[in-house]
Amino acid sequence: MRRSISSRRRRTMALQMFFGLLVAIVVLGPVVWMFLTSVMRPVDLTAKPLRLIPQDITFDRFRQIFASASASDPAYVFRIALKNSFLIAVSVTVLSLVVGTLSAYAFAHLRFRGKNALMLLILFTYMLPPVAMIIPLYRIYNQLGWLDKRWPLVILYLSFIVPFIIWVMQDFFGSISRSFEEAAQVDGATRLQTLLYIFLPIARPGAIATGILAFLMSWDEFFYSLIFTSSLASKTMPVAIAEFNGKFTIDYGMISVAGILGSLIPVLITVVFQKYIVLGMTAGGVKE
Amino acid sequence: MRLRNEEERYAAALITPSMIVVFGVIIVPIVTTLVYSFVNINPLSSHRGEFAGFGFYIKTLSSRAFWDDLGRTLHFTIASTAIETFFGLLIALLLNQKFPGVGLLRSIIIIPWAIPTVVNGSLWKLMLNGEYGVINALLERFHLISSYQSWLGNPKTAMMCIVIADSWKMTPLAVIFFLAALQGIDQTVYEAARVDGANPFQSFLAITLPALKPTIMVIVVMRTVEKFKAFDIFYLMTRGGPANSTKTLMYDTYLQAFTNLNYSDAATYAYLIALAVALMTLVYIRLMKRGDNI
Amino acid sequence: MKRTLAFALVLLLMLSLCAVPVFAEGVTLNALFMKQAGYSEDDVTAMTQAFTESTGIQVNPTFVAYEELAPKILTSAASGGYDVILGDCIWPAQFAKAGIVLDVTDRVNALDLDDIYQGALDATKYEGKYYGMPWLNDVKYMFVNMELLKKAGVEAAPATWEELIADAKLCKEQGICEYPIVGCYAQAECLVCDYTCVAGAFGGAFVDENNNPTLNSAENVAALDAMAQALKDGLCNPKSLEMIEDDVLSTFAAGNAVFAINWTYQFAAMNDEAQSSVVGQGAITPIPGTEKAQSATVNGGMPLMITAGCKHVDEAWDYMLFLASKEMQAKYCANALPIWKSLYTDPQVIETAGEEVVAASQIQFDFIVNRPMVPYYSELSTSMQTEIQLVLLGQKTAQEALDALQAVALELADR
Repeated sequence: MRRSISSRRRRTMALQMFFGLLVAIVVLGPVVWMFLTSVMRPVDLTAKPLRLIPQDITFDRFRQIFASASASDPAYVFRIALKNSFLIAVSVTVLSLVVGTLSAYAFAHLRFRGKNALMLLILFTYMLPPVAMIIPLYRIYNQLGWLDKRWPLVILYLSFIVPFIIWVMQDFFGSISRSFEEAAQVDGATRLQTLLYIFLPIARPGAIATGILAFLMSWDEFFYSLIFTSSLASKTMPVAIAEFNGKFTIDYGMISVAGILGSLIPVLITVVFQKYIVLGMTAGGVKE
Repeated sequence: MRLRNEEERYAAALITPSMIVVFGVIIVPIVTTLVYSFVNINPLSSHRGEFAGFGFYIKTLSSRAFWDDLGRTLHFTIASTAIETFFGLLIALLLNQKFPGVGLLRSIIIIPWAIPTVVNGSLWKLMLNGEYGVINALLERFHLISSYQSWLGNPKTAMMCIVIADSWKMTPLAVIFFLAALQGIDQTVYEAARVDGANPFQSFLAITLPALKPTIMVIVVMRTVEKFKAFDIFYLMTRGGPANSTKTLMYDTYLQAFTNLNYSDAATYAYLIALAVALMTLVYIRLMKRGDNI
Repeated sequence: MKRTLAFALVLLLMLSLCAVPVFAEGVTLNALFMKQAGYSEDDVTAMTQAFTESTGIQVNPTFVAYEELAPKILTSAASGGYDVILGDCIWPAQFAKAGIVLDVTDRVNALDLDDIYQGALDATKYEGKYYGMPWLNDVKYMFVNMELLKKAGVEAAPATWEELIADAKLCKEQGICEYPIVGCYAQAECLVCDYTCVAGAFGGAFVDENNNPTLNSAENVAALDAMAQALKDGLCNPKSLEMIEDDVLSTFAAGNAVFAINWTYQFAAMNDEAQSSVVGQGAITPIPGTEKAQSATVNGGMPLMITAGCKHVDEAWDYMLFLASKEMQAKYCANALPIWKSLYTDPQVIETAGEEVVAASQIQFDFIVNRPMVPYYSELSTSMQTEIQLVLLGQKTAQEALDALQAVALELADR
């Protein structure tokens, strides 16, 4: 009896590992190709028939990114842009989480007039595509002297990331039982204390998942940054990567290097915080 | 009543900071854009400066191009949202199990999501290249195709390629959300179900799926909104081609504004896009609510 | 003591406030350029530095990718972000009509116009007025892999479209190259550029001398038919429909094409060992013609323009003239040919730019065709790209597509 269970368990596990491997191949395949592209010589990259395992590899492109000191070299620009992107994304994530979580709690657990209308209005701003709004927006930014600076970009990103956070987080809050609140209030806790000490810890995994999402939305944003930045003072990573494209040319090798370096930070952040996402929720009584 | 007021004041205090950051900067452009859709501001038009009323909306809604764009946008939106939600859920269920290597798999699943869109578009364009793309090389090696195909140069396959490229990058997002939600499900309920003789599939239908409903809702709506507005990936991979087969509403808006200088048409497109997205969101919410009642 | 200190501080503050306008008196121009090989960012920065040294006028150059030029110019146009902009040669008419750039006719007329190539000059003209200064000079050429062609028993590059097709057939039949011809037929401006060359070679034009659309002329139909036929016969690479210029170059550089139409930059790239396996095999020649036209090419130059919001027009013009001066163009001609005819006899220019390129350009420059210099060109171009692709895909006949385009053009012209 015991043996049969364990052999069935083993069979299930083998099946799981098989599908796991399949997922890994699909996920990693393009990543591996990106890595190969970054170290292949341009001639081999466009050769036909294609050699899947390159004969000679070169790390020159990586060297160029780290060693270049010329302000006109896209490789150097990319390095500075990474820093700009990081500063902007961290600011956006922290600010939007603080501001958005407070509102999300209000939307999920408080009663007030015009709640639904307000929520819809906020969501509607998130639905408007930026392409059409960018011309009037540019005029405002120019008048305020906000062009080519980092923090005005933070403000701009908040305007579409905060609605998103409110909306996702209110769902997380909504799933937390009201009985917690009532119990806390019986114990004499103020509303703010209830929010800070009861709700926030329970909502933490959701907040972290949402925060990572906010980070990546900001990290990845291309169009606003393209229009509102022009120099090393504020240019962000995606815009710097776009500059590896010439009028008629695409430098796939450098784009791949940039892709690898540009993905490193988000990957590290997610791997570090993933523990909280997965382990954070304590079972039982959390959800209704 | 007093308590109500106090609650409202408290809510106002919590919401005000968000209102300032959300509307502070963009309220003016939002209104200006709305005005542009009613007043002709196209610099190349001989009617520049004239009030057009609903003229631009009528013109847009009665043009064939708009409805073709809408069809392609829906194609992309529905296909990629469905793929991401379905595979996102499957992979999350798999990663929620315990088997050797699952920890590693949970970490690497994030990687595609972390790759910047600008890079993702170029990467897939390179891999799909008809002359030297690795996908052609692999398919030929395994004798799945007899000669190299032009995936992005063929109107029949171009949209599919973009759906794949975009889903590859964004499915991990759904995985993470589902994984977080799965962690929150009370394990004792499964135990009880098993004692009652339910097989894994039955308990999936009876316990897991209902518990995941809010998450499915969030992902479907969120992805729909994002997909409908998707621009970068089209801009990078096909620019609406070949023969307009990947020209979406959003890409057309871009063309109207920055190639054709038809700013009023672009503003009209923008509001129609937002309205369409809002409509779809409402429909989803209705469907979900109805599902609850049953 | 405290009071003196406070007084000193106030004085210092006032002085520093006074000092600001003194610095601000010097003019600062904002200029928008493109990241590219010809006139690279380093070149432009060096030229700008030389300009500042000789005039004291400060310039802040910004460099963006080509695709980002138009959005950048258009968003900033209303609020005057840049004084001097680099634009594509298809934009002046549109920008002039939209009131984005200034009329510089008097200033241009003061130049030695006979010494500037007419094609480059024409591209800045709209309704008889000039709206920019030609700067970057570029046209398309035919590139031929002579080594592969010789294998097919042909010694000379084709001079006519008929010869080109015949040579391509030879190469294909003898298994030298599966698809001898390659073009950039993706849904992008590059497709219209290629079609402009072919249509011109067949004696066609998209507009008449009064800028009235003539898209469905018999010559244009014949040219489009010829392009579609080459694809149908497998002489032209079917993957051309996803290609832009760079894909054409890499196909040619990998030895997978015998004939390619491309911009000047291909010459240097196909002879660069790092990215080419056909070094020394390729020749740069004029684009083949027909009995109606000896050759034809498309203008791909880029003029400098002054924005309507510019507050220092004189200084901006001085800067543009400096960048386009013979001195600068001679110095930085390694990747971009000059606009001045007289420079082409300068031995140093010939040496720097490359003898073969200069030789080919001297013939090709006589056959420059401008894409229609009408304000609605960009919008027409998006329709052209779609319709031409439909023909190349075999879903429409050339006549149907060009009739449809003629209707679109007439409607746009009437707006």
